Amino acid sequence: MQLSPEDVAHVALLARLGLSEAEQERLRAELEAILDHIKALDAVGIEGVGETAQVTGLVNVWRADEPRPSLDAAAALGNAPEADGAHFVVGAIQE
Amino acid sequence: MSAAGWSGRTAVECAAALRSGEVTATGLLASARGRRDAVDGRLGAFLARTDDLAERAAAAADERLAREGMAAPPLCGIPMAVKDVMCIEGVETTAGSRILSGFRPPYTATAVGRLLDAGAVVIGKTNCDEFAMGSSNENSAFGPVGNPWDLERVPGGSSGGSAAAVGAQIVPLALGSDTGGSIRQPASLCGVVGFKPTYGRVSRHGLIAFASSLDQIGPFAHCVEDAALVYECIGGHDPLDSTSAPDAVGDVRAELGRGVAGLRLGVPREYFAAGLDDGVRRCVEVAIETLRGQGALIEEVSLPSTAAALSAYYIVAPAECSSNLARYDGVRYGRRVASPSLQQSYLRTRDEGFGAEVKRRVMLGTYALSSGYYDAYYRKAQKVRTVIAREFAEVFTRVDALVAPTSPTAAFPIGERSDPLSMYLCDALTIPVNLAGLPGVSVPCGLVDGLPAGLQVIAPRMADALALRVAASYEAVTDWHSRRAPLGVAA
Amino acid sequence: MSEATTVSVAAGPAAGDYEVVIGLEVHAQLRTRSKMFCSCSADYVDAAPNARTCPVCLGLPGSLPVANREAILMTLRTALALECDIPAHSKFDRKNYFYPDLPKGYQISQYDEPLSRHGRLRFPVDGREVTCGITRVHLEEDTGTMHHEGDVLQSAARSVVDFNRSGVPLMEIVGEPDLRSPTEAREYLQRLRRLLMYIGVNDGNLEQGSFRCDANVSLRPVGSRDLGVKVEIKNMNSFRAVHRALEYEIERQRSVLDSGGALEQETRGWVEARGATLAQRSKEQAHDYRYFPEPDLPPLELSKELVEEVRDALPELPEARAARFVEQYGISLYDAAVLTDTREEADCYERLAAAGVPAKLAANWQMGDVARLARETRVPLWESGLGVDGVRVLLGLLDSGTIAATTAKELLEELYLRGGDPQALVAERGLGQVSDEALLARLVDEAIAANPRAVADYRGGKQQAFGALVGHVKQATAGKADARRVTELLRERLDG
Ligand SMILES: [Mg+2]
Ligand SMILES: [Zn+2]
Repeated sequence: MQLSPEDVAHVALLARLGLSEAEQERLRAELEAILDHIKALDAVGIEGVGETAQVTGLVNVWRADEPRPSLDAAAALGNAPEADGAHFVVGAIQE
Repeated sequence: MSAAGWSGRTAVECAAALRSGEVTATGLLASARGRRDAVDGRLGAFLARTDDLAERAAAAADERLAREGMAAPPLCGIPMAVKDVMCIEGVETTAGSRILSGFRPPYTATAVGRLLDAGAVVIGKTNCDEFAMGSSNENSAFGPVGNPWDLERVPGGSSGGSAAAVGAQIVPLALGSDTGGSIRQPASLCGVVGFKPTYGRVSRHGLIAFASSLDQIGPFAHCVEDAALVYECIGGHDPLDSTSAPDAVGDVRAELGRGVAGLRLGVPREYFAAGLDDGVRRCVEVAIETLRGQGALIEEVSLPSTAAALSAYYIVAPAECSSNLARYDGVRYGRRVASPSLQQSYLRTRDEGFGAEVKRRVMLGTYALSSGYYDAYYRKAQKVRTVIAREFAEVFTRVDALVAPTSPTAAFPIGERSDPLSMYLCDALTIPVNLAGLPGVSVPCGLVDGLPAGLQVIAPRMADALALRVAASYEAVTDWHSRRAPLGVAA
Repeated sequence: MSEATTVSVAAGPAAGDYEVVIGLEVHAQLRTRSKMFCSCSADYVDAAPNARTCPVCLGLPGSLPVANREAILMTLRTALALECDIPAHSKFDRKNYFYPDLPKGYQISQYDEPLSRHGRLRFPVDGREVTCGITRVHLEEDTGTMHHEGDVLQSAARSVVDFNRSGVPLMEIVGEPDLRSPTEAREYLQRLRRLLMYIGVNDGNLEQGSFRCDANVSLRPVGSRDLGVKVEIKNMNSFRAVHRALEYEIERQRSVLDSGGALEQETRGWVEARGATLAQRSKEQAHDYRYFPEPDLPPLELSKELVEEVRDALPELPEARAARFVEQYGISLYDAAVLTDTREEADCYERLAAAGVPAKLAANWQMGDVARLARETRVPLWESGLGVDGVRVLLGLLDSGTIAATTAKELLEELYLRGGDPQALVAERGLGQVSDEALLARLVDEAIAANPRAVADYRGGKQQAFGALVGHVKQATAGKADARRVTELLRERLDG
């Protein structure tokens, strides 16, 4: 599997990883090797086979529509890197 | 007996001593803390010490034992450790990652909550590979963990700290989590019992997710009965986890003594393929002969897609992880790298907050789900997952359980496996079990050049008690589980 | 699906004729008590910031979603009301993207197996019936809300986030590109909003955003079957805004095309203050949502029994109910349509009619004075002090001739907010109608004697003069004379 530097940069942006160029290059080589190994998938006959996303066999797991107490706002904000006492605060959205 | 004398004893022994008045919970805690403080500087198994919490819990346990006596829950007063991927309200929980340093969750994981309710005494959070991604504990942002049998070697991973804490006889019990082998493989490498229940048996509520469809919490212990004690306590339905099985766990310990006479045990040929260390192979073969000697009917079987399981896993797990780790954005909790713009903050927070292996898997998973590649990777992996589950199901129509090696090798030196692929191969024999959601247990089955090897027992879905029963039967006539790591107080 | 009506948007003589193609996407919050995947109260509007949050809706590590059954049933109810097909299997998926109001870095939504598909909504526009196809109705979770410093996203150095809205159940209703004008689009939205409110799944508040709409608009040369370049419009917070934004956008696209330019597939925001749509910078530089099945939620199996349970609970829909009103109560289709505009209004009417109030009398009062009072006081009848029962009693007194219409009206005004027993008040104040035969006969005779001019005019053919004679009697009884009997007595004397 061949990955271009652009592929890696695109995926890094999708994943919001601000990788250095050196890191991108190292990852490009590593990911290529891993993807080559993953070709082992092709050895398995999967014609007409369904997809398994979950293994429990459970269906229709749901709860009744009954409100319960929330955290208090102080606890909700307790781990915030930046807060104004009531809200979470983030920097400029548009650059 | 002096406080230190309790180090290395099983939970069942401790529980009996608590009831006979031979020791108190406070005494057991002092013993565990003493051992921890004496060896953990070299071992590195603990990330956080919860001594205040533990002291209160031990005092409460002593009161409860005095009040309830034999009726007190079996784990009441027993010291434990918890892998740092499970939330405990108010206790720093990092998942071994810098990005979560300082995070104190406002709630407690169901599994931990059930232990605390039963009177267990949690003495700390244990080290692990970052977000449970790894097989050596070298991916922790907070340093490696030594193997109690040889501090220069890895304890396995990702639950390396929990395995080492039990292996080093600091605590008789610890919780880990297993996504592709992260309980069984370190148990094997540290010479302890490690049990991954059927997916859905133990609530994931409060378990920091790595790969949601594979993650499962389970115990480390010195013996199968101890592991069963923990499992009985933490297992069972939880309405806060939609994938939690509604079935009751039942009286698992009552099953343990039933032996293996007449049970059909399959030996999957593919689990003995190239890559399996000769020493480990010999240990496992002897173990299988032991089971045959106990009356089990041993039969060779085939799981042809075993090799492809690793590939499917390295699509499915990274894909889920790429999504599960998107929440670490520096907005609501955890570390944020201050930047002039939100976009820069995202990029730098996640670049500096995550370690190399996590970034590798996030990249791999993002790629596998991205437009144009979904069918070639993610969808195909999901189909292979179906095939793997089907192969197990077919084999289980002919045999009751499977026996195989847990890890292809014994513990390797820290720093030896720098290539990601060679590290991924550590879990080749444990991963298929997660893909199919089966229960699996690893029990000590020998020493290879002084390093432990593990026998893995795999059972059909929901047949957790059967897996533990086979392991207990083996344990009953061998003493490998009684061997303790030669980790002295003075190095 | 609707017949393609050509809308000429050409202004100048050189301009071409284009067909307008509009498809609407509506996001409607469901009126559940708790959120979609956690048990926090869904009633967030007046709560202090971040006071309706928990580990799940804050996306804390280790938290897991548990689906709200009622939200699933409400979505199915909507789907049935929109004549959709309900599949046997459905599931939730993750839609991955980064934004500060999205706590988990993904939205739990539905991708390739929504709760329903292939429905339709029919509605009248200028006397003609339009049918708009419904592509799908699916269920997802709402995001948190953000406030930008200086209220302008583009220039804000800081923004703040409140997660109270995060996780509120949100239904997405995707319409087919079957709409051919801004008016059709507006009517579609109004009819859809009414339907959702009618079946009790949404409160229809555009301003507060419980009912939100995005539009896709394109133009194509008349006769062409290809779709033109599609522009998505967001930020329309009223029906008027939808209409204006679409008109503006159609005009903008037309000028670009007429001048030989090329349109760009983009997202534009409606800026009310400028009366224009403006290009928005995209939320995600690279749009790739990487949908995959949500591993934390088992799939849904929608059995026939479950679907029938939902269908049985579905109320009679407005159109059907109006038709029945015409049939059952003999009122006009127009009146029936007005009276079935909301479910409460229709329920109210049925209670009056079922209690024996003559159907037309009930309709006239409900649509007349009662509706006016409800508007003026901003309190609907069913929440007023008088209540539906009070009006029933009042109209009963009127119908039996116990009180005069003017008295009924005065009592309605007086008691609407304050409440009280009309019957007791009529007795206590002696408001009962004067229907004493002898007294009325004497007063009628007096009126004739006192107004010879009016008598002469009436006999000469002037019908209005009759009113003056009735008025005389009314005045003499302070309005309490039985108007019907007075009329009869006057006619006997003057016509006989
Ligand atoms: Mg949506
Ligand atoms: Zn919540």
